[in-house]
Amino acid sequence: MTASEALTGFTLSWRVDGLGLFFAVLVLAIAAPVTLYAIGHRRHERVGFPGGGFLHGLFVLAMIGVALAGDAFTFLIAWETMSLASFGLVLADHRRPEVRRAAWIYLVMTHTATACITAAFLLLANSAGSLEFAAWTAAAPALDARVAGLVFGLGLIGFGTKAGAIPLHIWLPRAHPVAASAISALMSGVMIKLGIYGLLRLGFDWLAPGPLWWGALVIVIGAVSAILGVLYALMQHDLKRLLAYHSVENIGIILLGAGVALGARATRADALVALGLSAALFHVVNHAVFKALLFLGAGAIDGAVGSRELGRLGGLVHRMPATALCFFVGSAAISALPPLNGFASEWLTFQALLGLGRGLAPSAVALFPLLAGGALALTGALAVACFVKAFGISFLGLPRSDASAGAREVGPLEVTAMVVLALACVGLGLAAGPVTRVIASVLPQGTAGGTLGILGGAGTPIAARLFVPGISVALAGLAVVTLGAVRLLGPVGSRREPTWASGGLIRGNNQYSALAFAKPLRLMFRDIVRPIREIEVVHHGESRFVASVHYRSHIAPVFERYLYGALTGSLVRASHVIRRAQNGSLQTYLAYVFVALIVALVLAQ
Amino acid sequence: MTDLVATVGQSLLQLALLVALAPALSGLVKTTKAWLQGRTGPPLWQPYADLVKLLRKDMVVPEHASWVFRWAPAASAAAISVAALLVPAAGRAAPLSLWGDAIAFVGLFALARFVLALAALDTASAFGGIGASREVAVAALAEPALLLGLFAVAMRTGTTDLSAMSDWIATHGSAAIAPSQILAFVALAIVVITETGRVPVDNPDTHLELTMLHEGMLLEYSGRALGIVLWSTQLKQIALFALLVALFAPGAAPSGPAESALAVATSFAKIAVLGLAVALVESANAKLRILRLPELLGTASALAALALVTELLLP
Repeated sequence: MTASEALTGFTLSWRVDGLGLFFAVLVLAIAAPVTLYAIGHRRHERVGFPGGGFLHGLFVLAMIGVALAGDAFTFLIAWETMSLASFGLVLADHRRPEVRRAAWIYLVMTHTATACITAAFLLLANSAGSLEFAAWTAAAPALDARVAGLVFGLGLIGFGTKAGAIPLHIWLPRAHPVAASAISALMSGVMIKLGIYGLLRLGFDWLAPGPLWWGALVIVIGAVSAILGVLYALMQHDLKRLLAYHSVENIGIILLGAGVALGARATRADALVALGLSAALFHVVNHAVFKALLFLGAGAIDGAVGSRELGRLGGLVHRMPATALCFFVGSAAISALPPLNGFASEWLTFQALLGLGRGLAPSAVALFPLLAGGALALTGALAVACFVKAFGISFLGLPRSDASAGAREVGPLEVTAMVVLALACVGLGLAAGPVTRVIASVLPQGTAGGTLGILGGAGTPIAARLFVPGISVALAGLAVVTLGAVRLLGPVGSRREPTWASGGLIRGNNQYSALAFAKPLRLMFRDIVRPIREIEVVHHGESRFVASVHYRSHIAPVFERYLYGALTGSLVRASHVIRRAQNGSLQTYLAYVFVALIVALVLAQ
Repeated sequence: MTDLVATVGQSLLQLALLVALAPALSGLVKTTKAWLQGRTGPPLWQPYADLVKLLRKDMVVPEHASWVFRWAPAASAAAISVAALLVPAAGRAAPLSLWGDAIAFVGLFALARFVLALAALDTASAFGGIGASREVAVAALAEPALLLGLFAVAMRTGTTDLSAMSDWIATHGSAAIAPSQILAFVALAIVVITETGRVPVDNPDTHLELTMLHEGMLLEYSGRALGIVLWSTQLKQIALFALLVALFAPGAAPSGPAESALAVATSFAKIAVLGLAVALVESANAKLRILRLPELLGTASALAALALVTELLLP
């Protein structure tokens, strides 16, 4: 009898396999630098409480538990521990009402997710006659197709909520920004990836190959999450909220790879399954690294300036040079720019989408992955726009506030954590070939068909090659060649002068703002993001002299209003109906108990 | 080892050819436009004289600009050069075709745009901000059309490697002409006009700050740095024209050194013809208001998507 059995009376079952180990190692690899940062940054965090360190550790431990759980019971205990620990960490700054509201929405959403997952688990356990995951894999081919469809739907809602896929994302941009930055990094970097882990287990381990529409559905959800995620991110001017919406975008990109793999599994195209899964898992790693890095950078800014409003930042590249360089690398990586890691995994995702498209042709279903490729192209270009804004407005130009002008670089522990993650962005890009070979070795049983390296996926319908080290060397070499060639024309001088501002003085507040930077895209995509502009002009008394002008620009909460508004509305109406049964009289309740007993006896017959 | 030496040699040769001819292409467009408008216009070699003069001039750097502003010209020049080496412009195989494909080509242009847009924000000038903001917005609309158009050709040829795509089209001769190919060509032509900053999207000759897109970003660059940025913009233009030629009008495979030289000359002649066509488009159209651009680029994306549909239905 182990300690856990003695305490709980239940046996916790663990299993170490390739996929689980992959996620467990990922959790540890991100948690190590993030925790280092958290230790160094403790005195700067506005939110902190005595139990924070314990919850932080419990959170990391629970995430590893989720990845290594061997049966449904253990999985759910670890899953709930992870959700509740992160709920506590989100609630750290509980004196602010918006934090309490964010944590509350998170709690409701995460428990809806757990309910769906539990239901899916019960259906699987019922058909397999066991709670062990290994038994589910063995029983998968015998599962009734309709039950399998139901399990897949429930799992998609449950794990999709944790992953933050649209339209189940609404908790994510609220909960991630209000937590301490190290916690945001862990939640965005690794916790939401465990939703992807669950989805992959479900689609490739616990269920037999399903119909083609599973893959098509996941591809559509992925494409919508990617585009809307990045569009909403562009509209944000709170740095951490912007980053949180980018998590929605990147989960969408991961789902594109996973969707290809699901679709290819339905058509028994093994090489494509491997390609899609490799794309998804590689992007899981890459997003974990650069998103953790960017959240730590945002935390460093928050600590140094006391604000993460883009309108109060600027000029930090001179005041926080190490943070600036790391944030630059992270920005380029998340924008999928070669030769960094984000580009390598998006390249694989493109190849997976094209491969599935060509594999399914001439069927019209092939349009799903192909048009999703267009959606991914749009996403990538919008991400470039968003990170030009995020990095450019916060680090470049002149400071937009006194706090920003007086900012100081963060301490050595924080810088070390960020440098480690920035180097990982570069390293994972350069080592894309070896990394994908490692990933190919952890794919669930029976899906690792075909050899796969970044130097071309063998056996897939599209032939292509990418050799990131070559591109990197060529980039560095040609930069040197360019500078050397112009030097042949002789030396030139350079002098420093103030920027010309049409005769006026150039100051922090007459620079281009974050709001103005996003304006062309806000107008071009206004039918989707629905911007709302409120201008209030206050006059001096009765006169026509303007005392002040208040300008507010925000975007309509479409999902909250139409989808969740309708849901909560009908929930409230249903409760009103049920309330009629609650009249407070003891006799009535006794009658209910009696009726319930009769019904139970009849059913038990 | 010999492979690497051959790759480096071929790369430098193709790059030298493209870098040397890029200003001539700009000069050709400019002179043709002047001629169409009844002006004499500058001589064909004027861009060379401008670039050499700029490269020998001192620079004025904004006083609070950082390393981003300082290194952006070299970084964007390098990114565009690598992209130019992925296109089979001089010969059947691009020098770096083993290292990257059509997606890398698009990604490298995005890298160049990223660093230049950041450099514009680094100057703290509102003109830089407006230029950068518009450049990234227009690119966000152009990139889906560009990739979808390339995907339509990739579906047909079974590869995203630009050299292999070009080779497939060349070896299939007239059989390569298909509805999807024509639709993809129109879509990519619109994107090329956008990406090279030409009328009706942008005007390379304007000097009114508020109407500029690409040039607005470069306002604070001067002297040698400006020379590098302008030359790499011209390199980007000739690389995109070469891409159109390679995908839609590649020549037959050459069999000897003399034929190879002829093939290179032919492909640059085709690029020049495209330049003349661009001059015609520029003279016949007015610049579009920036908020009308989504219509133009949306059309390009729709045409590219249609190319994919026809490719699936009429293989």
